[in-house]
Amino acid sequence: MQGSEQIRLGTMPFKEANEQVRASLEAHDAVELHEVFAQRYLGCALPAGKSLSIHGTPGNDMAAYMEGGTIEVFGNAQDQIGNTMDGGRIVIHGRCGDAAGYAMRGGSIFIRDDCGWRVGIHMKQYEQKIPVIIIGGDAGSFLGEYMAGGVIVLLGQAGQYLATGMHGGRMYLAHEPTPHNVSEGLEICALDAADERELEPLLIEYKERFPESANKVPPVRQFKKLVPLSSRPYASLYTANG
Amino acid sequence: MLDQVLPKYKVLRDEDECVQCNICVKECANDVHGLRKERGTLRADHAKCVNCQRCVFMCPTHALAITRWPQVDAGSENWTLRYMQDIAKQAQTGGVLLSSMGNPELYPLYWDKLLLNASQVTNPSIDPLREPMETRVFLGSRPGMLKVNEREQRIVSPMPIQLKLDVPIMFSAMSFGSISLNTQRCLALAARELGTYFNTGEGGFHEDLEQFGENAIVQVASGRFGVSPHYLNAGAAVEIKIGQGAKPGIGGHLPGEKINAEVSGTRMIPEGTDAISPAPHHDIYSIEDLRQLIFSIKEATRYAKPILVKIAAVHNIAAIASGIARAGADIIVIDGFRGGTGAAPKRIRDNAGIPIELALASVDQRLREEGIRSTVSLVASGSIRSSADIVRAIALGADAVSIASAALIAIGCHQCGDCSSGKCNWGITTQRPELTCRLDPEEASRRVVNLIRGWNHEIQEMMGGMGINAIDSLRGNRLMLRGVGLNEKELEILGVKHAGE
Amino acid sequence: MRIPSGCAIAAIMDRSGKRHDGTDILRSIALMHERSNGLGGGFAAYGIYPEYEDLYAFHIMYETPEARSAAEEYLGAYFLVEKQERIPTQEVTSIKNPPDIWRYFAAVHPMKLNMSGLDEAEYTMRHVFHVNSQIQGAFVASSGKNMGAFKGVGYPEDIGEFYRIQDYEAWAWTAHGRFPTNTPGWWGGAHPFTLLNWSVVHNGEISSYDANRRYVEQFGYRCELQTDTEVITYLFDLLARRHGLSQEMAAHIMTASSWDDIDRMPPDQAAFETALRTTYSSALVNGPFSIIVGSEEGLLALNDRLKLRALMTAEKDSIVYLASEQAAIEVVRPDAQNMRPIEGGVPFVVQLDEVAARKRACPAENQPYEAALTHETGVMPPRRQESVHA
Repeated sequence: MQGSEQIRLGTMPFKEANEQVRASLEAHDAVELHEVFAQRYLGCALPAGKSLSIHGTPGNDMAAYMEGGTIEVFGNAQDQIGNTMDGGRIVIHGRCGDAAGYAMRGGSIFIRDDCGWRVGIHMKQYEQKIPVIIIGGDAGSFLGEYMAGGVIVLLGQAGQYLATGMHGGRMYLAHEPTPHNVSEGLEICALDAADERELEPLLIEYKERFPESANKVPPVRQFKKLVPLSSRPYASLYTANG
Repeated sequence: MLDQVLPKYKVLRDEDECVQCNICVKECANDVHGLRKERGTLRADHAKCVNCQRCVFMCPTHALAITRWPQVDAGSENWTLRYMQDIAKQAQTGGVLLSSMGNPELYPLYWDKLLLNASQVTNPSIDPLREPMETRVFLGSRPGMLKVNEREQRIVSPMPIQLKLDVPIMFSAMSFGSISLNTQRCLALAARELGTYFNTGEGGFHEDLEQFGENAIVQVASGRFGVSPHYLNAGAAVEIKIGQGAKPGIGGHLPGEKINAEVSGTRMIPEGTDAISPAPHHDIYSIEDLRQLIFSIKEATRYAKPILVKIAAVHNIAAIASGIARAGADIIVIDGFRGGTGAAPKRIRDNAGIPIELALASVDQRLREEGIRSTVSLVASGSIRSSADIVRAIALGADAVSIASAALIAIGCHQCGDCSSGKCNWGITTQRPELTCRLDPEEASRRVVNLIRGWNHEIQEMMGGMGINAIDSLRGNRLMLRGVGLNEKELEILGVKHAGE
Repeated sequence: MRIPSGCAIAAIMDRSGKRHDGTDILRSIALMHERSNGLGGGFAAYGIYPEYEDLYAFHIMYETPEARSAAEEYLGAYFLVEKQERIPTQEVTSIKNPPDIWRYFAAVHPMKLNMSGLDEAEYTMRHVFHVNSQIQGAFVASSGKNMGAFKGVGYPEDIGEFYRIQDYEAWAWTAHGRFPTNTPGWWGGAHPFTLLNWSVVHNGEISSYDANRRYVEQFGYRCELQTDTEVITYLFDLLARRHGLSQEMAAHIMTASSWDDIDRMPPDQAAFETALRTTYSSALVNGPFSIIVGSEEGLLALNDRLKLRALMTAEKDSIVYLASEQAAIEVVRPDAQNMRPIEGGVPFVVQLDEVAARKRACPAENQPYEAALTHETGVMPPRRQESVHA
């Protein structure tokens, strides 16, 4: 259970690719994948203690149901990375596509550059599990839609419909959104000491992981916090009628 | 503001029979019954009554009965009291009307217009008490053609994993949170006893019930509550819930009141927060995305679990089901518009979707036209009320059915439709400990087992009457059905002849 | 309209391949006169056209001269007809208004076959379906090679005399006397039902009919006649010819092991039987039936799982006899040996000796021919409408 192995995927079908990757991960702690082209589900349900480096463009649903360990992508990632992720770390040296971190419950995703639409949608948190997504560039619309928990850090600009339906968690924004882009039921406020304690190490880690982008990171005091006013946004929407 | 919402029910108390035992007071979580101070007798606050009938059944002297509120409307067939009361309620609250259980409206009930065949002379009927009569069903995808080694009597290409049902009946998804843990345990016990499956719904899998994993189907819905690799592997199969017959196109919303510590732990969300399931899965905006989700679950379960995809019966159901089969689902579950729910916007519940009978018939036929019906399984749900409905569903083309309302009725549900209040006096759709303890899972499971055993025997009797001794030969056997009072188009969609033809 | 019917069936086959004339089969089926009602009878005979053994022998019945010219024009377009003639018949008083019955010895049109993307059998099958469903007044009674069906409305012994079956020599004969519960008045509806080299004679009524019909219709078959015999023929064609299973395995699938039996089997065998039952659950044939299936390999007899119909067999030297009633064997072969009933759900296979030897040398795995679905090849449009009001 030591050392690392290299696998070249090319245009291999995903089922075969994942079988090879899983077999290799059972024998080694670290696996390096090269010439990756769109194979889906790489690192699906990855257990703690394992690491996967991916060179190329991994396919959709990378790191779905991920439990632990680390996945580092040297390139861009496609859609739905970290879907229903439970733990571990994803590092993207590039951009990622839509719906990253959908329903994510734990772990963290570091994205060096921009991200697509609906990133962090329905993120949730539970007890000690607090999922984190850090986006170095701009985000597409609907960032943090339905967000029920966890932390999103955005260094660039947010798209439209920011955090609609958000009812848990917090978003740290380097650029204050225009008021019309903050939907009803949400609040923009300054960071308190606890927030700063939470944000500071995340920014440090971002700079360490992406030294070439360290200059994008503004000082902590520049950040604003976006939070929901209620964890029950629709409590008064309904009227019982048997 | 003057309250213009009338009571729906009136509690009738026979003062001669009432012994002032106060049981009705204790049994009613809605605080309907109370002491009339001046006279020392019991009285009812009619407006609070939801007609769950708990007090009626618990009253030791049968002194109680519930009737409709006697107020008449103005006589218009258009502006009925019901619509006027809905308006009054919304005028007062500005809210969306929220209802529970299935569509109660007067739409055609096709089950009741389909008659069963029986053998006379040309073909003997079979007596299930004395001759073998097989109701076992396997669900899952299968090859259109088997590659075998006949001399060695073995299959050459491996078969996809299948679910084995000793009765053609499963329990539909009802999450812990929408129903009590005792209710889910009752269904789990019954499923194990009967050799079939219960469904966790989208609320995660309570650790106390994991021992029933072999008889469990775990559900993945848009909220992904409690979904983890452990969860996906904890049951016998995984169901992707796209939609539900009671609320097609609508997500789920478990109010914070129902998220107590236990529910929170199972769903893996904080206590007291609303559990919102978005209307769509946000990783499925198109059919090819469904394939992506199906295979992400297959990867996470190492291809060891069949994947069910549950959809509400909607207008274009045949094409949708065909797409689902081609997306890699092993089992397609179609839920008709009469299917129940713990809570749904009333206007959606009562107006969206189509009957399961028509949906099932058109899906089965479409899959056959495309030559893929034999490679995928089809489950029908959405108000199966009796064994005769099951026989009809299978003859129309279903492999099996799922039931939920009928199972709940077996354990005390009286269809009052007040599930979303969290005050179910029968201990079914509530999380209040003083109410959930009213349902003894062991005893309740015996009632469910009795019901299904009775139904299964009736299915065998009906099959025997048709001269069929294996349920395989009933599936899609539409000549065993005849329509009564149906028009040409309805007969065409159902693929049956009219009675007398 | 679906017409249930009761019946008498009989068969005689010489495993050595030696050919015998129709005298015995005629006497055998005639003895069971009481099981028929004069509304249908017929015979299938194998090995009757050795001089044309490589050509399809189409037996076609015409109700009108127009039907004949339309069918011949169609055949001419897709087949190369080497010889065509009226099938010789003789007048029998009880046989009323027979159709004009012709036979054609034909090869497939090689270029059109190539263009169709189908194999020869599939090509032929689909054109037979076309004639039967699209050309009014024409019906293909048989479409195999070196075999033929002789059938019509009447008692089987009269039909046999009408067709002069004593003038033909075959290594296998099957016969059918029909007791329909309704008058079809139609020669095409008599039995045996045939398709390519298959012929099926059948006694009983299957209760799984519509389940079986809707199963096979997925794969391009058209149950025009709405008879049990037709659907059973298609099941054999699908399982044995297309899926490459042995006829015995096809029959086993149609009368699958009970779950009670499977539950008592060792795990490997149980898994095998479970795979067969689940994959082919819609091919399970239910209700009372006994059938005799003829093909170029020989005969196969099968009773339903509950053994609701009677079927006897006996043999003498290389000749095997089958009949609904024991006496129908004894009347032609009083010295027949090993007289016994066919068990329920256990296929009884009689193969030509040379076929049996060839099979032993074949690979044990089925070699399927996966036919492209009709709507995928575009050769013929799929039939979309269900025959709801047929």
